[in-house]
Amino acid sequence: MRMPEPDAGVLARRAEIAAALRRIVPGEGVIADADELRAYESDGLTAYRQAPMLAVLPETVDQVSRILRYCHDHRVKIVPRGAGTSLSGGALPLADGVLLGMGKFNRILELDFANRCAVVQPGVTNLGISNAVAHAGFYYAPDPSSQIACTIGGNVAENSGGVHCLKYGLTTNNVLGLEMVLIDGTVLRLGGKALDAGGYDLLGVMIGSEGLLGVVTEVTVRILRRPAAARALLIGFPSNESAGDCVAAIIAAGIIPGGMEMMDKPAIAAAEAFVKAGYPLDVEALLIVELDGPQAECDHLIERVREIATAHGASSLRASRSEEERLAFWAGRKAAFPAVGRISPDYYCMDGTIPRARLPEVLARMREMSVRYGLRVANVFHAGDGNLHPLILYDANEPGELERAEAFGADILRLCVEVGGVLTGEHGVGVEKRDLMPAMFDETDLAHQQRLKCAFDPDGLLNPGKVFPQLHRCAELGRMHIHRGALPHPELPRF
Amino acid sequence: MQGAFDEAGERGLTEFLPGDEGELRDIVAAAAGERQPLEVIGAGSKRALGRPLQLPHSLVLSRFSGIVAYEPSELVLTAKAATPLALLEAALGENNQMLAFEPPAWGRLLDGADSGGAGGGQTVGGILACNLSGPRRFKAGAARDHFLGFRAVSGRGEVFKAGGKVVKNVTGYDLCKLMAGSYGTLAVLSEVTVKVLPRPEKTRTVLIFGPDAERAVAAMTAALAAPHEVSGAAYLPAGLARRSAVSYVAAGGTSVVALRLEGPAPSVLARASALRGELAEFGAGEELHGRNSAVFWREIADAAPFAIDGKRALWRVSLPPALAPALLRQVTAGSDVEYLLDWGGGLAWLAVAGAADGGAGAIRAALAGRGHATLIRAPAALRLAVAVFEPPAPGLAALTARVKAGFDPYGVLNPGRMYPPQG
Repeated sequence: MRMPEPDAGVLARRAEIAAALRRIVPGEGVIADADELRAYESDGLTAYRQAPMLAVLPETVDQVSRILRYCHDHRVKIVPRGAGTSLSGGALPLADGVLLGMGKFNRILELDFANRCAVVQPGVTNLGISNAVAHAGFYYAPDPSSQIACTIGGNVAENSGGVHCLKYGLTTNNVLGLEMVLIDGTVLRLGGKALDAGGYDLLGVMIGSEGLLGVVTEVTVRILRRPAAARALLIGFPSNESAGDCVAAIIAAGIIPGGMEMMDKPAIAAAEAFVKAGYPLDVEALLIVELDGPQAECDHLIERVREIATAHGASSLRASRSEEERLAFWAGRKAAFPAVGRISPDYYCMDGTIPRARLPEVLARMREMSVRYGLRVANVFHAGDGNLHPLILYDANEPGELERAEAFGADILRLCVEVGGVLTGEHGVGVEKRDLMPAMFDETDLAHQQRLKCAFDPDGLLNPGKVFPQLHRCAELGRMHIHRGALPHPELPRF
Repeated sequence: MQGAFDEAGERGLTEFLPGDEGELRDIVAAAAGERQPLEVIGAGSKRALGRPLQLPHSLVLSRFSGIVAYEPSELVLTAKAATPLALLEAALGENNQMLAFEPPAWGRLLDGADSGGAGGGQTVGGILACNLSGPRRFKAGAARDHFLGFRAVSGRGEVFKAGGKVVKNVTGYDLCKLMAGSYGTLAVLSEVTVKVLPRPEKTRTVLIFGPDAERAVAAMTAALAAPHEVSGAAYLPAGLARRSAVSYVAAGGTSVVALRLEGPAPSVLARASALRGELAEFGAGEELHGRNSAVFWREIADAAPFAIDGKRALWRVSLPPALAPALLRQVTAGSDVEYLLDWGGGLAWLAVAGAADGGAGAIRAALAGRGHATLIRAPAALRLAVAVFEPPAPGLAALTARVKAGFDPYGVLNPGRMYPPQG
């Protein structure tokens, strides 16, 4: 993975930059000590490490604005960071860049139940929002696995999902407004407590922009009334095909479960060995189907799903009869990543989405690749929306294994695109999938995306080296290659 | 290219009718090369929406029609951009599916023409490009939330794509959001992919008769804070309720709050009963069943009560729901304003008579930046004179202009449709 070449001129000005930042954020808010900077050298994608040139931890919007304006005026690169849980290297620092840590923006500003929303600072954790509104029976719907640690600012940057997003949507469907700062220091408000945009939907554009367009300083999220009830089914199948067919049949029957997760045999074995959730070990695939909503609806739908599963050859089936049992069903799935971590020194988590109908084929080809690369793979799968999380098992201490794992992962993602899917369903492109972007988008597609970037950050100072495989200068992207007298199709009528 | 365009009219009006993406690209590229603006038209049902355009050249997408791929169990449908919405909704209906954002049909509202039923006379690309959503918006999301991917030709005359054909995708910037609500000012959509969802098995609508606006919003807020998954929450004052084609609503002779419940039959019946009980203090009692519910919510989506008096300037105001009573008090005081509330109070339709600016000043003063007001129906002169779309703050206006310049540097796509052209 190559990052942009560090700018020697900027590195030479390090002390001067640190001093300027200290004038903006006094006290201990600017970190220049090498040992302290090491704390920021990596995010959730630990395969890549790079300490930043400096780190700055602002506390006010005005400070953020002045930091960005300084960096803009002095051509210094900036990498924003929330809790650092990105699985795609979205917060990987740059050797010649300033790391902008937003952790001190950790206050909940307003709980507005009448308007069913909460206004929070970006450093508040995802779960922190749900906890703050729980007393009134509300919650914030997107629930990424890292929700205890990940921040809402990071969720906005990555458009995070979670196991319930087929029914309740991703971050983008649950955020009403943002306050953000552009690289030139301009503070903007996008949206608010009202629905939809009055002009271009730049709120929608910001969400999932991976820290390349601006720095979020305040988030207004939609909060929902917690469903009255939730029940889950644990269903074992003798083949991936029958499990996949069952998922398709549930949806074709008009049922959108709150959560629908699938695990393959290696993932089931690892999870069961770790948490003893009571998973059947004699099945090829395991489905957890959760129905939530009004009690009458849960009870009704659980019977319908049971019928569909039986008709599709389920070899084992249990319906939760208590909240404890429902949580036990989930315990294995939620612990799948650490469970795999127990059976392998390292693992690499992928995140492609495929049309669900292609699942058996994709799993079969993944098994072939597993043999070819000599690396084991376990699969957990958000089955409802086709989002695959293959976990590639490797040992970083074995020379060449990391590279083999990365090559295996890249092949899996190319396969996802080949069958009509996409490179990333919820983890983001970051540095991890940056160089795979051409598998999905051609140069013109990427150029249009970068023109959006140019409108926000014309000098490419915000989080460079992420998302786009090649950096183009905005002036170059702005050029049009159409000239009078050189038009295609000269038979067209002239205006 | 022979036959790919028609000479329409005698005053040099040109109507381009591209037959495929290559022709579409060439026409836009030629327009950009010669700095000739184009009015982008799907079926033309929303030409009266936005600032009026007086352009000699139009680009008509009608040949981009047809469903390209539809996999009901994948919840995904791909169609050419000018596919009639009615055709698309019919295909979904055969599989008990729908566009959950409940696209409104404003044909009758905008020009008095019969919209020909649900989705009649408009295209899927048009509804997405304008990001128009119906009563289910606050629960199921807007058009933009169901827009998964597209192919398009930007104002640069280049074919590009974004998004994907699966329901979950974060690869690259979410340009679908940028296209949704851009009114054809950034790119011409040629193909779109949307998320589709199962149609609810059963629908009931709980009615509360007689409340004033403040009490109505209180009832809707209580309903939406309950765990009953209300999927429609509207309020009609007496004068508007009387115009409903649903006799139960019209015959009440008074104002009405309507709360919709959808889902499997046992669930809907249980929730309707629970909701009536919890809202007893507001006087909840009557219920509309399936057919009447369908008619009623179609009227709300289409703002049908406002179709009969086309002279009033009609505004669609998105606001924090709890602000609705205060906004209505302020806007209606001493003025001739008809209104209805949708989205539990989060959407106010205001029909203003007798104000020189159509009520723009009063409405935007009352909103004070806490929401946005769009002028949906007014004579062309008024739509030129006042801001049709909420005027953005200066920093946002500058950013908006830079985004427009990135995708359409010569301003050839619907210039002036949203904001007065620059320079």
